Amino acid sequence: MLPFYYNIPAISILLCMIAGMIMPLLPNGKVALRVAMGVSAGVALLSAILMINIIPVNEYFTYMMGHFPAPWGNELSAGPLEAMIAFIFGLVMFLSLVGGSHTIFYDILPGKQKMYFTMMSMLLASLLAMTYTNDIFTGYVFIEISTIAACAIVVARDTPKTIGSTIRYLTLSLLGSGLFLIGVVLLYCITGHLLMPNIQEQVLRLVSTGLYTVPLTVVAGLLFSGVAIKSALFPFGGWLPMAHGGATTASSAVLSGLVLKGYIVMLVKIFYRVFTIDVIRDLNVTNIMFACGLAGMIYGSIEAFREEHIKRMLAHSSMAQIGYVFMGLGLDVNLGVAAAFLQIMVHAFVKPLLFLCAGRLSEVYDHEKSSYRLRGSAHKDWIAGIGFTLGAMSMVGIPLLGGFTVKYYLVTSAMMNPAKLWPALITLMISAVMNALYYIPEVIAIWTRCELCTPNPVDSNRGFDWIAAPILSAATLFFGLNGYSLIQLIQRGLALL
Amino acid sequence: MNIISELINDRFMIAAVLLFGLGFMNLLLQKNLIKKIIAFNVMDSAIFLFLASQGYINGRIAPIITNGILDSEVYINPIPSGLVLTGIVVSVSVTAFFLALTVRLYGIYKTVDFDEIMLLVDKEAE
Repeated sequence: MLPFYYNIPAISILLCMIAGMIMPLLPNGKVALRVAMGVSAGVALLSAILMINIIPVNEYFTYMMGHFPAPWGNELSAGPLEAMIAFIFGLVMFLSLVGGSHTIFYDILPGKQKMYFTMMSMLLASLLAMTYTNDIFTGYVFIEISTIAACAIVVARDTPKTIGSTIRYLTLSLLGSGLFLIGVVLLYCITGHLLMPNIQEQVLRLVSTGLYTVPLTVVAGLLFSGVAIKSALFPFGGWLPMAHGGATTASSAVLSGLVLKGYIVMLVKIFYRVFTIDVIRDLNVTNIMFACGLAGMIYGSIEAFREEHIKRMLAHSSMAQIGYVFMGLGLDVNLGVAAAFLQIMVHAFVKPLLFLCAGRLSEVYDHEKSSYRLRGSAHKDWIAGIGFTLGAMSMVGIPLLGGFTVKYYLVTSAMMNPAKLWPALITLMISAVMNALYYIPEVIAIWTRCELCTPNPVDSNRGFDWIAAPILSAATLFFGLNGYSLIQLIQRGLALL
Repeated sequence: MNIISELINDRFMIAAVLLFGLGFMNLLLQKNLIKKIIAFNVMDSAIFLFLASQGYINGRIAPIITNGILDSEVYINPIPSGLVLTGIVVSVSVTAFFLALTVRLYGIYKTVDFDEIMLLVDKEAE
């Protein structure tokens, strides 16, 4: 008999999918919100149980769905890293829904609210499936489900502008999915398998013959390009600012904080469990990742600096932060991959904190989005002001906050690879200065009293004030204070992949 | 002669690559939203053609047991066909979603030219 916690990955995915299916039957949007919040909190709780059971014993297991072996059946696999990522996905989804609930009911028409929560639940299901899957084709299917769900939560505002930005987002996402699918199909044709460990066996055999270097490089390149487009890595991120900046606050928080990361987690899992990281380094795919990451860090920062619209500024900043992740992955050292994962985790908390606080500051100022017109808004809602300040300081890289820990470990990893040390250091320095140049004026502006500005009288948002903002802020501090133990934990998780 | 026989042997693969490129470029560059949707379907169909051709084995039959023959050597590989079916479901869902968005924009702006729509959207925002 399997221990109960072996079932947690499957239960988590099914729970979200069933919740998504029953949402349209619920009486109204408020009930649907409660169900969606309950499901995401449940996923976080289940993932915490999984973490408690497998982290102390360093266990990695595979779970056969319905007890059907390959090639008919499907498998999930989980270890400490997957459990941590699933916990973060569930928790951040819950906090985004709690903190953004006010704007959801303001921005989305009552008739469409239930469908919105259906899509949120399906999005969480797809993110969990991408994290846990042991089958590359299942990974592709859930990539497509996440594409539809992510586009649907952008278009939920139902304005011509959001429909336009959704079409742009959908078009580029489909290009990414197409490249990923052809990569998966080629890999199947070369190896004859779909389960990751079986493919790995064949890939290693092919690598040892030295005959299939070009096809394997093409496959790795196609999988990387597909994910790069979908996770808005430079130069493919043109769709992101409009889509993330125009969506309702909870959607922006989930899209920037979680969705972009889901694809990267799956790509890293494929690189470790299908190719092995040494083969990927030998195929030189990491060099392209490194170059695109560095370019993204600079480009995203410059665009964020030029942006006036606060949510679009945060969206451009996400492009730069994704650059940090790919830079870490491209450094060719194991600590760099761990630092990239730490960045994924830190950014999963910090960016939703920034989006939720910006949304709240905008809400108290008659839904203004221009940075200039948000002057003094922090005095109207000081919890949002403090949250925004903390998030911005973390992005700049102030010590004791999560952003600093990530930068510290990225620099440490860069020092282990002399060939990439200087480009990494110089770009990190430029990007950190640019972060300061656009975040600090924003923080000063929201705390500068404005006599002529007329705040909008709004109800207090207890979910944001008492739950979302404090927990997200505490997480930012937690990552800043526990960097060493977290990096150790991530490295242990990566070693088990 | 060798090249010609190889081209004939790999005809499905060549067609799939050409169709994928055609679909990919049109999905990226077409301004007309309906043509974009058609391009997406061409791109996905190219992948399905490639997959189905890889699963086909000359001289074998569809993997459906009709005369009680259980020998696997008689049938083609059924896995690619299964994958194609799943892929088609995904592709149809995305097409329906894309069409719904297009219909919505057409209802507002009476055009399917995406550039024109975005210009009108920007003009409205000002």
